[in-house]
Amino acid sequence: MINRNSRNTLRFLTRFHHHQHNPSSQFTSKTVFDENCKQLKRNVLPTENKAFNFFNPLTNFFKNKQLGHGISCGILQKCYYGSMGGAVQRSSRFSELNDDDVRYFEEILGKKNVVQDEDKLSVANIDWMHKYKGSSKLILQPCNTDQVSQILKYCNSRCLAVVPQGGNTGLVGGSVPVFDEVIVSLSSMNNIISFDKVSGILVCEAGCILENIMSFLDNEGFIMPLDLGAKGSCQIGGNVSTNAGGLRLVRYGSLHGNVLGVEAVLANGTVLDMLKTLRKDNTGYDLKHLFIGSEGSLGIVTKVSILTPPKLSSVNVALLACKDYSCCQKLLQEAKRKLGEILSAFEFLDGQSMDLVTNHLEGARNPFSTSHHNFYVLIETTGSDESSDKQKLEAFLLGSMENELIADGVLAQDINQASTFWRIREGISEALMKAGAVYKYDVSIPVENLYNLVEEMRSRLGDAANVIGYGHLGDGNLHLNVSVSQYDEKILSQIEPFVYEWTSKKRGSISAEHGVGLMKANEIFYSQSHETVQMMASIKNLMDPNHILNPYKVLPHSITS
Amino acid sequence: MKIMVTVKRVIDYAVKIRVKPDKTGVVTQNVKMSMNPFCEIALEEALRIRESGLASEVVAVSMGPSQCVDTLRTGLAMGADRGIHVEANDSMYPLFVAKILKKLVEIEKPGLLILGKQAIDDDCNQTGQMVAGLLNWPQGTFASKVVLDKEKQVATVDREVDDGIETLCLNLPAVITTDLRLNQPRYATLPNIMKAKSKPIKKFTPKELNVDIKPDLEIVEVTEPPKRKSGVLVSSVDELIEKLKHEANVI
Repeated sequence: MINRNSRNTLRFLTRFHHHQHNPSSQFTSKTVFDENCKQLKRNVLPTENKAFNFFNPLTNFFKNKQLGHGISCGILQKCYYGSMGGAVQRSSRFSELNDDDVRYFEEILGKKNVVQDEDKLSVANIDWMHKYKGSSKLILQPCNTDQVSQILKYCNSRCLAVVPQGGNTGLVGGSVPVFDEVIVSLSSMNNIISFDKVSGILVCEAGCILENIMSFLDNEGFIMPLDLGAKGSCQIGGNVSTNAGGLRLVRYGSLHGNVLGVEAVLANGTVLDMLKTLRKDNTGYDLKHLFIGSEGSLGIVTKVSILTPPKLSSVNVALLACKDYSCCQKLLQEAKRKLGEILSAFEFLDGQSMDLVTNHLEGARNPFSTSHHNFYVLIETTGSDESSDKQKLEAFLLGSMENELIADGVLAQDINQASTFWRIREGISEALMKAGAVYKYDVSIPVENLYNLVEEMRSRLGDAANVIGYGHLGDGNLHLNVSVSQYDEKILSQIEPFVYEWTSKKRGSISAEHGVGLMKANEIFYSQSHETVQMMASIKNLMDPNHILNPYKVLPHSITS
Repeated sequence: MKIMVTVKRVIDYAVKIRVKPDKTGVVTQNVKMSMNPFCEIALEEALRIRESGLASEVVAVSMGPSQCVDTLRTGLAMGADRGIHVEANDSMYPLFVAKILKKLVEIEKPGLLILGKQAIDDDCNQTGQMVAGLLNWPQGTFASKVVLDKEKQVATVDREVDDGIETLCLNLPAVITTDLRLNQPRYATLPNIMKAKSKPIKKFTPKELNVDIKPDLEIVEVTEPPKRKSGVLVSSVDELIEKLKHEANVI
């Protein structure tokens, strides 16, 4: 096939996986789903026959029909739910939705934006990991802040529980209903309001998809200070509400530093306009920080103003192989010193993660195909001078090799190779989903102890599970994942509360960046003192006295019920 | 047997191209440049042939401004043994490249000349064919598979053509241009990057090679292709027929 336009040929054939991540396309249509659920009900083991509200799938039906970009659309017939679901009871303080409510919403939003369609509901009720399933009957799609305000004012007066939802890519069950909460989707509010080319300050609505913002900024010569694997689907409102970390935190810092202003709507409909575009503003209490990371439990974020760094021309990515974890640590120290200001990402993954990705992800291959290594480190540098950055990086890498910190390494020679390396790191979550069920933990521990948790978990579980560890080594953040063929209470009891206790003993955080959501709401005491949590509860009672915003999440049930 | 491979420094294929406001070309300032992907494949094939024992040396050649040395270094880091840089600051049109290559072939005497089928900046797809004509060597273009037979001194090349796959048998020395599915190029590993630093790069100028590269082509204008208009949702079959009749003029 002689294709005259080689650029397009290349783009079609050498798939550019890096930017494709559309978890919502993994959901099945309603009929297939119900079919599976009926089948699952028949196959439930006697031991699982408790008064719990969750299924235990036994078979992983997975037709391997992927569409080129690593997305399996509609054919991924997995449905697992697990963990917390059954232990929570629906609170009696919340009313049930009735037709009058629906009519009222139709009046303020228009019929088109009031969704009761079963297919759309089944998608919105399940989280990305297929772990949590709600039973909401209504999705509302407001188009502006005023509508959000009216919705909340009404729900507050009627005591209707509400779940704000963005891209639904959260990993702790925080973005889906637990029971029949009304879903308020921010997806329609996706306008970029303004961008200042001199300061790099961007103002946009909460429903803008991160990747779309990145494309817009790319045109202007800027980049977003955060980057994560879910960028194709996640929305900036959700990122801000969960204080998302991501791959560039080691260089640009957290959202608490980059978000300059927030517009949020409180539970009673009050609109708090804190949408400043100023770098410095010390006037009173800086309330926007309450909304950054509170996971929608204190208010719905409707607009964000964020400081974006300029796009620098020289980006270099290297993938390195290390023989043990202490080499990775020393490499981090050296990198911070030798690469200094140009270091923009420092990620690590263990040999088991690499195997998982190469086995389950289409098109992913191990650059070190001839040898097996125990650890891999991905380093990215971003600077303004191509030749000097490359020299710096090469000198650092060759020096590290001479000092035996690295066993081997590859340096990306073009953007495509760089994307392939990133795909390996960013694709681990996807590969885990394809491999079966996964128990996912995200902890922050002092760097020297980071990998010990993985090794201890591995020896605890033995052959029962594939334990992998990877994460943002530059920030001391480990993503511990236990991959099993199906969810199993026995395995879970070996993992929890051990993992939380271990983390707590090292004075670490049980949730470095994923947030608390539903999954860890009752475990928050492992990382926060009782007094602190009591203060959080007081603030919650002040800002949302009826507790309609994202109930059952973030704070322990013992405190909020 | 020596293998000569040409590598071209082009705008990285993943970069979004922008046309200069004065329409004389595309923006190349501050834009990431890399080795032409087809040249990477050509070099990879040459390296594989050398590794299988059928060749003794792989020489990488690049023509253009001084930054071409970076591309040559990448080639050396992938595994090429030597580099040749022909320094020229004017645009390198296929015919000039072919003429210079002819002179280099006369100096180096390789048994096989491998090029990428086309460069992604000009999409000419001419250099391989032209140099084969100038040298009077057989050519196998759009190669998707290359098998060498040292004893018989022939190369069997599978070519991707519009009708399917055509298999040719070429007597060596020959010219081969590579297509996408020939192989997957290797990464530049650190040990190889280290070795590459000491590999020699020889410099030539077109004048030394007695090649006149005064351009006989003039680029008049470079514009973007017309933007694709968005689609229109029609509400009924009648409306569709009406639009096909009057707007699209297809029925």
